Amino acid sequence: MFNRFIHILLVSLSLFAVAIPASHAATDKEPKWPALKTAYFGDREIRDNADDLLVLEAPKRAEDAAIVPISIQSLSPQNADQYIKNIHVIIDENPMPYSANFVLSPELGTVDISTRMRVDQYTYVRAIAEMNDGSLHMVSRFVKASGGCSAPAGKDAAAALARMGKMQIRMRQPTVGEPVQAQVIVSHPNYSGLQYDQKNRKYIPAHYVDDIDISYNNKTLIKVEAGISLSEDPSVRFTFTPSEPGKLKAVVHDSQEQEFSMEKDI
Amino acid sequence: MFRPQFLFIASSLLAVLMHNVTAGTDDYSVQKVTEGVFYHQGVHQDATAENIGAIANVGFIIGERCVAVIDSGGSYKEGELLYQALREQTDKPVCYVINTHVHPDHMLGNAAFSPEEPVFVGHEKLPAAMAAREDFFERAFSETLGKAYDGAEFIPPSQTVAVGEPVTLDLGNRELLLTAYTTAHTDHDLTVYDKQSETLWTGDLLFIDRIPALDGSINGWINNLEDLKTETVSYVVPGHGPAGSEQWQQGLEKQLSYLKTIREQIRQIIFDFGTIDDATSKVGVEMKDEWLLFEDYHRRNVTAAFVELEWE
Repeated sequence: MFNRFIHILLVSLSLFAVAIPASHAATDKEPKWPALKTAYFGDREIRDNADDLLVLEAPKRAEDAAIVPISIQSLSPQNADQYIKNIHVIIDENPMPYSANFVLSPELGTVDISTRMRVDQYTYVRAIAEMNDGSLHMVSRFVKASGGCSAPAGKDAAAALARMGKMQIRMRQPTVGEPVQAQVIVSHPNYSGLQYDQKNRKYIPAHYVDDIDISYNNKTLIKVEAGISLSEDPSVRFTFTPSEPGKLKAVVHDSQEQEFSMEKDI
Repeated sequence: MFRPQFLFIASSLLAVLMHNVTAGTDDYSVQKVTEGVFYHQGVHQDATAENIGAIANVGFIIGERCVAVIDSGGSYKEGELLYQALREQTDKPVCYVINTHVHPDHMLGNAAFSPEEPVFVGHEKLPAAMAAREDFFERAFSETLGKAYDGAEFIPPSQTVAVGEPVTLDLGNRELLLTAYTTAHTDHDLTVYDKQSETLWTGDLLFIDRIPALDGSINGWINNLEDLKTETVSYVVPGHGPAGSEQWQQGLEKQLSYLKTIREQIRQIIFDFGTIDDATSKVGVEMKDEWLLFEDYHRRNVTAAFVELEWE
């Protein structure tokens, strides 16, 4: 209990520290956002600086433009009466700013999700929680682009292609009734449509993971609808509590209608 | 508060610093490695408008008939300055411009040599790597380099070298052996070996003093460096850091040790189900004083290695 209090306090304090410049950020520092907001949410109201609900962690600087880890935690547990239904992730300056929609089940218990994105220039990264009552709550972080020769291109296209569809479900030893962290990774080049094929002298058509469905005993815990902002070899890490022994299953679908799946007994 | 001595020291420091950064344009010169082999040593900084992106080692080898440029500069401006420096050494035509890999500090000067109509040469995977990064590099580096960038073009190789099939170029009684590597620093690294002087131009397979930057495969890089160790060479021109006959072996060992150390620590974190953030905050931090620009590239190296080693 105390630990949790301290945790919230620390998280709040650290958010307070970053929230000040963010709240002072004039619209001219967020040039794309008004248009993006209208495009994706129409005239719906979005509560900004929702630090009492969500914690978004992103590095201040994208160390590697092709692999930028972000994590999203909710400060209030999911329950049937009140839960986060979706988390929309928007990266203002990416070619496709609407980067992911995490559809969450109330049975997830805790919202603690990490993934990896491509971030190729200075940009705001936003997480917008849509509650079961339809209200929208946003937190955002500013991420500087990486320096030097880092580009959002794959490092070894041949290797990525050779192991396409290979999957991993990784976790520590789970115990029924206890929260456990798990990670689903699928090897996929996640072609953005901006990559070049030297043999055929043409751009490779976009070919990316567009859906990851993670279920326990056939009930979906998290469904990720994604685009080309996800890194190569998409990864989703999350916490869930297995209420009884069963099967954790991940089904991955891509934009060329390929499907890959893997399951693990708990 | 501000004592005169302090102001004096501060202004002298400023003068020294300014001299260093302007050195990129005013005093651009090449050093002789050995007979007919010249290079300009890049500064250990990230590319800026002030240093005109001249941060990598670039240079040329002169044969009886013609000259081969090896890496053309980190901006069009550096390409021009390198071209001028070349003309101070020889009147022979430039028949080849060889790019060791795609990174901007090694190839943004290509267009400065176009008037010579050279054959551009690179790894078989260089054209794809260039096409994939061109838009991004153009946007990022035209901004970073300002005027020095103007004129830069992305010129892919018209002659390529395949892995396992080294190519020999003849500069007139002087043969260069070009070797293409499997994924290491990048997925398209190329080395140039001058048979006459036994000089090996490593490209960014070897960094001396400056922290290596991983944009390929940590396992591949370690393996290729182990092979490179056994080569018989008299002189080495690394991608960054001083060229010569002595420092390179120690430099290579140090780089191998860095890569192996972070690989071991990352493997342990992956085994313990740790995250990229765990790895970037812990791995290799004890080596921070051993490398220049550590803060700028180390966490990125750890990130890139992590997502590779996750699939072992």
